[in-house]
Amino acid sequence: MPRLLACALVLIALLGPAVSFAQGLEIPIYKGKEAAIPIAIVPFAWEAAAMPDDTQIDQIVRADLNRTAQFRSPLKGDLPSMPARGADVNYAQWKQNNQDFILIGRVLGTESGYRVEFELHNVLKGQSVFAKSLPVLPGQFRMISHQIADIVYEEILKVRGAFSTRIAYVTAKRLPAGKYEYAIVVADWDGFNPVRVVSSSEPFLSPTWSPDGKSLAYVSFERKTGPAIFVHNLATVSRNVLTSFKGINGAPVFSPDGRRLALTLSRSGNPEIYTLDLATNSLTQLTRHFSIDTEAAWMPGGNSIMFTSDRAGKPQIYALPAGGGTPERVTSTGEYNSRVNVSYDGRLLAMVQGNRNVYRIAVLDRERGGSGTVRMISPGPMDESPSFAPNASMILYAAREGNRGVLYAAPADGSVRYRLANPDGDIREPSWGPYRN
Amino acid sequence: MNTPIRALVIALALAGLGACKKEVVKPIDSVEPNGGDTAQVTPGDTDGGIDFNDPTSLDTVPCLVSRLAYFDLDQASVKSEAMEMIRCHGKYLAANAGARISLEGHADERGSREYNLGLGERRSNAVRDLLLANGGSSEQINVLSYGEERPICTESDDGCWSQNRRAEIRYTAKQ
Repeated sequence: MPRLLACALVLIALLGPAVSFAQGLEIPIYKGKEAAIPIAIVPFAWEAAAMPDDTQIDQIVRADLNRTAQFRSPLKGDLPSMPARGADVNYAQWKQNNQDFILIGRVLGTESGYRVEFELHNVLKGQSVFAKSLPVLPGQFRMISHQIADIVYEEILKVRGAFSTRIAYVTAKRLPAGKYEYAIVVADWDGFNPVRVVSSSEPFLSPTWSPDGKSLAYVSFERKTGPAIFVHNLATVSRNVLTSFKGINGAPVFSPDGRRLALTLSRSGNPEIYTLDLATNSLTQLTRHFSIDTEAAWMPGGNSIMFTSDRAGKPQIYALPAGGGTPERVTSTGEYNSRVNVSYDGRLLAMVQGNRNVYRIAVLDRERGGSGTVRMISPGPMDESPSFAPNASMILYAAREGNRGVLYAAPADGSVRYRLANPDGDIREPSWGPYRN
Repeated sequence: MNTPIRALVIALALAGLGACKKEVVKPIDSVEPNGGDTAQVTPGDTDGGIDFNDPTSLDTVPCLVSRLAYFDLDQASVKSEAMEMIRCHGKYLAANAGARISLEGHADERGSREYNLGLGERRSNAVRDLLLANGGSSEQINVLSYGEERPICTESDDGCWSQNRRAEIRYTAKQ
């Protein structure tokens, strides 16, 4: 382990608690979807004595659910009535309005803050599904709204919701005199509440979450000698250098149990896939080939690793056992496939698929076995870095518009996409964080 | 696999081989105007009137002022037009044992960023191998790749892409 630096703890200066520019997912490119479940979300009544909070709970819940394309929820102006309590729900009216479900609620004052009470009703059955309440502190209304969306999502689809999760991404802002300011930012899944984790005049790449959501690993060019992989604790705001070998230190990704990191090192002369045991700092080399092997992704369970290799000429996706073995080619369509990201259940593989000058996000569905079926979920031409939500309901990816980088979120069927705007420069390299407990 | 594709695959595989082994030195002989004894440049030698011992030559001699090699799409083989420039820098390194360079490889924006880091490194390595073949020594050369992270030009078109697929020589010490 000659050049593995012995985890020197470096304190990072935090650049203010939150970045000031307003941003969020916007500009829906909406095709609609017949199979989506119709659910009315009624504005929550404000019944507390204090001034109403600016946060519109109903709008956040509606946006969360609609963006998955698994639901379709009408705008406030199209609602036939605005009940705030179960007794006021007229099922016949909502049935005529073609809704399957209706969510209603109200905000009450408490000694320490507020309480949100909310009810989900099944219009078709004409009965209440649940009535719940959650305490809210001032400033937590967005977070609580995402939690309510998670509860509704799981109740109806029997799959855990991922609206309370966070994302990480890289921003690049052009400064005068040809200089840049790069930053790694963590935000809510919909782009709100962005917080800078670290910034530098040198590029960052490939931020990736630890499975417990407490740390990010990323590639930084801050050191003059070349790139290094850092692991950055978000709570203590401190970081360690994990690897800084000669050559490429790239594409870090934590194993599902968080004990190992798969990464790319070119210390042997060209890029190879390794695993790093985080407890012992011992490295295991998995690939030995003169091609470029990079962009590892763990399969669920951690027994197998997928990666990009151009050993057959152009980049394609391969898989090999996490303990080492013979790589087998996974992708069979598309002249260029790279940067694979795997859904939590291993069924879906999202990747960059290139064809001439058009690079789009492709989703390979392997449920039916064989080489699987491929669906393109983005229009291109410069799309990259796909990252699944922890429940695979959506995929975040980077695109270029003009000469600016933007992020999009799209359901795994590609029927809708939403842009995460960053008016302040380039935004790229999104990574969807794990569930928050 | 049809024949043209197989040929391409083999060509790319060979290009990949070249990037990590020091075997790509052959083409240099063909453009060598005065024999092939480049590794034997000693202090005091001049070459075509160039005094490689003089660090100001880096700012005045055209083949030393030039620091950029361009590459074709998804390729890491050095084009013939860059050979003279690389040969000069190799001789300069040979004549100035204290000189140090950073070799920065770059890719255009197409495709994924980490793969492009690999591609940029492959290009740096190809230039490094030629510098070594012309008298440079490995401790003088630090190979880096920035992939697509440091574009010269930010439009999404062929003109920009061809400028961004490059390897740059940067002197960190001149003698």
